[in-house]
Amino acid sequence: MPAVNHSVRAAFGALLALALAAHAALAAPSGPPVRIGSTLALTGPLAATGLVHKIVGEIYVEQLNRKDGLLGRPVEWVLKDDQSRPDLARTLYEQLITVDKVDLMMGPYATANILSAMGVAQRYNKVLIHHTFGTPSLAKYDMQFPAGGLAGDPDNTIPKVVFDALAASAKPPKSVAVVTSKFPSVHFISLGAREAAKKRGLREVAFLEWDFGNRDFGPIAARLKDAKPDFVWVGGLGLEGNLLIDAMRKIDYMPPLHFHLFPAPGPLLKAPGGENALAATTFEEHPPFTDNPVAVEFIRLYHERGAKAGLPDTSVENQSAISYSSWQTLEAAVTGAKSIDDKAIAQWLKRNPVDAIVGRLRWDGPFNYIYGSDLYKVKQNQNGKWVVIWPKEFAASGARLITP
Amino acid sequence: MALPSLTLLGQSLLSGIFIGALYGLLGLGLSLSWGMLRQINLAHFALAFLGAYLTYQLAGAGMDPLATLAVIVPCFFALGALMHWLLARFSVSAFNSLLVTFGLTAIIEALIQWIWTADFRRMESAYGEVKFRVGGLYVALPELLTLAMALALSLAAWAWLRHTYTGKAMRAIAEDAPIAAAFGVDVRGLSLLLSGLCAAFAGVAGLCLALSYTLAPGQIYAWLGVVFAAVMLGGLGNPLGPLVAGIVIGVSEALTMAFTAPAWAPLVSFSLLIVVLLARPGRI
Repeated sequence: MPAVNHSVRAAFGALLALALAAHAALAAPSGPPVRIGSTLALTGPLAATGLVHKIVGEIYVEQLNRKDGLLGRPVEWVLKDDQSRPDLARTLYEQLITVDKVDLMMGPYATANILSAMGVAQRYNKVLIHHTFGTPSLAKYDMQFPAGGLAGDPDNTIPKVVFDALAASAKPPKSVAVVTSKFPSVHFISLGAREAAKKRGLREVAFLEWDFGNRDFGPIAARLKDAKPDFVWVGGLGLEGNLLIDAMRKIDYMPPLHFHLFPAPGPLLKAPGGENALAATTFEEHPPFTDNPVAVEFIRLYHERGAKAGLPDTSVENQSAISYSSWQTLEAAVTGAKSIDDKAIAQWLKRNPVDAIVGRLRWDGPFNYIYGSDLYKVKQNQNGKWVVIWPKEFAASGARLITP
Repeated sequence: MALPSLTLLGQSLLSGIFIGALYGLLGLGLSLSWGMLRQINLAHFALAFLGAYLTYQLAGAGMDPLATLAVIVPCFFALGALMHWLLARFSVSAFNSLLVTFGLTAIIEALIQWIWTADFRRMESAYGEVKFRVGGLYVALPELLTLAMALALSLAAWAWLRHTYTGKAMRAIAEDAPIAAAFGVDVRGLSLLLSGLCAAFAGVAGLCLALSYTLAPGQIYAWLGVVFAAVMLGGLGNPLGPLVAGIVIGVSEALTMAFTAPAWAPLVSFSLLIVVLLARPGRI
C-alpha cells in the first residue's frame, strides 16, 4: 500500500510543520515592547568601558527577544550617550522617564553617573539595577539594586581576600607599600588595605596618594624603588596601574608582587611588566565560572561581538560579567514578580536571590547591600592570561599565586 | 620625615625634565598660534592625539615610528594651513577661535573614536624597551627622544623667528599685521605657513605621546590645564618659553612628589602660574 503510506506520511509532515509553526508563534514575544532605558558612557574618558557595557546589553536584549522577551513581550533597549558626564546622565534619565516613557531602567556605567541616575530613579520611584557603583555608602535609595558583586563594605572585603591570598602563598610578603589614586571609589578601599595590612603585622614602607589624572608616575616609581616593599597595593583606576608599571620599568624596577584594584584589564594583561600582576575580579574565562552553559554562550557571543566592534581584548572578565549579571537580575526580577511594576520588582528582589554568571546575588542587607562578604576574587596575569588564584575553590585548574 | 636618597632625587629630577619636555613640545604650537596669530587653538591637543593614533596605526603596519613623521608632518602641515585658512576666511576672532577649535576638538575626538574605538591602544615598538644607565640613574629612550625633539624644534623655531627674513616678518605680523602688510609682508602666506608649522609640531608631539603612553580618545583633555600653564608661564609667542616653563613645572612637580605627598604636585604648577601672573601681570 505505497500510496496510502505516502498520504499518511504527508499528513503527518503537515501536522508537524503546523505544530512547529504554532510553537514558534507562541514562543516569539508579541505585543507592545517593554522599553528599558539607560545611558552609558559611549564617549568621553569612560568610553572604553562604556563600550563593553553596550556590547553586553545588546547581546542580552537579543537573547531575550530570541526567547520569550519579558513576560511574552518584546524588549526594546533605549540607550543614550551620557558622554561620561554625571550632569548629562541626570538629564538623560529624566528624559528616559518623562519623554521616552520607558518601563524599566538599567544603570549607567561608573559611580558618579549611577549616583545621578539614582537621584532621578528616586524622584520617580523607579527601580534602578546597576553594576559599577563603587561607593556603597552613598547609595541611600531603597529601590536601587547593585548587581556588581561588591559588598556594602568593600574597604573591608576586598583587602581581606587579597591579603588572604598573599598569606596563603609560598612566600607571604612582610612589607607593603600602599599607593593610591585619590579618586573616591578607590581611595577608601586603599585606606582599608592599609588597615588590613597593619592588622596582619605587615610593615608599611610607603603610603603615597596622587590626584586622579596624574601623568608623571616617575617619582612615585622612584620612591617605591627606594622603599623596597615586598608587595605594592595599587589603588589605581583604569590606566593608572599601567602608567606606574611603565614608570617602574623605566628605572629597571619591579616589586615582587603588585595588586591593582580596578585596572583596565586588557592593557594590564598585555603590558610589559604586567606579568604576575594581581587584580580583583568576579569572573574569568575558566572553570568553575565556565561550568555554567549560560556563561559559555555569553563568552562565545562576546568574543564575536567584541571582535566586530574592534575591541583589542575580547575576553569576558569582570566588567562584561557584572554587566551581564545586571541584565540577568532584571530578567529574573521581572519574571519572578510577573510584572513590570517597579514596586513589585523591588519587593521580589529583596526577597529572592538571583543566580547570575558572577555568582549568587542578593539584596537583603541595609540599602540592598550585603556586608562582610562579596563575590570578588583575586586573579593573576599568568602567561598572558588572567586566572583566578584565590579563593581556592574558584582558582583555575592548577593555578596558584606565583611569587618571585 | 626621612630625606630622599640621591638616586631618588636624581631619578625624580630626570622624570620632571622629561615630562616637562613633553609639556613644552605640546605647548610650542599652541603658544606660537596664540601669540602670533591670535588664535587660541584648543584643537592643538586633538591634533596631537590624532598624530599619536596615526603613528600607532602606521607603526602597526610595519613602519618605524620615527619614519612615520615623514607622512604625518606634511599631512599635518597641510591640515594646519587649511584650518587657518578657514578661520581667516570667516574672520574668527581670538575668543571665538577658542570656541570653534573646541568644536573641532570634539569632532576630531569623535573621529578617533570612530576609527580606533574608545578602547585603549598601545604602540609596541623597539624604542619602548631601550633604556640607558648613567650611574645609578636610568634614562628611557622614548623620553630622551621627546626631550631631543622638544629642544630641537623649540630652538629651530626660535632661530627661525630671530634670524631669518620670514621669521622677522612673522614677528612683525604679530606686532601689527596691517602695518606689516603695508611694508610688503605677505601676511596671508606667512600666517598659513606658521599655522602649518604649529600643526606639524602637534604631529611630532603625537609621536612622543604614542612612544610613551597608552592612548584613549578621552585623554585629549587630560593635558589641557598643565600645558596651558606652561604656555602662559613661558610667554605667548615665545618658542623657547613653553619648553623652559614646562621643564620648570615638570621638575617642581616631580620634586614635590619625591619629597612630599604626590597628590600635592598639581598644586605646584598652578601656584607657580598664579605667582607669575601676580609678579608679571603684563606677560600675557
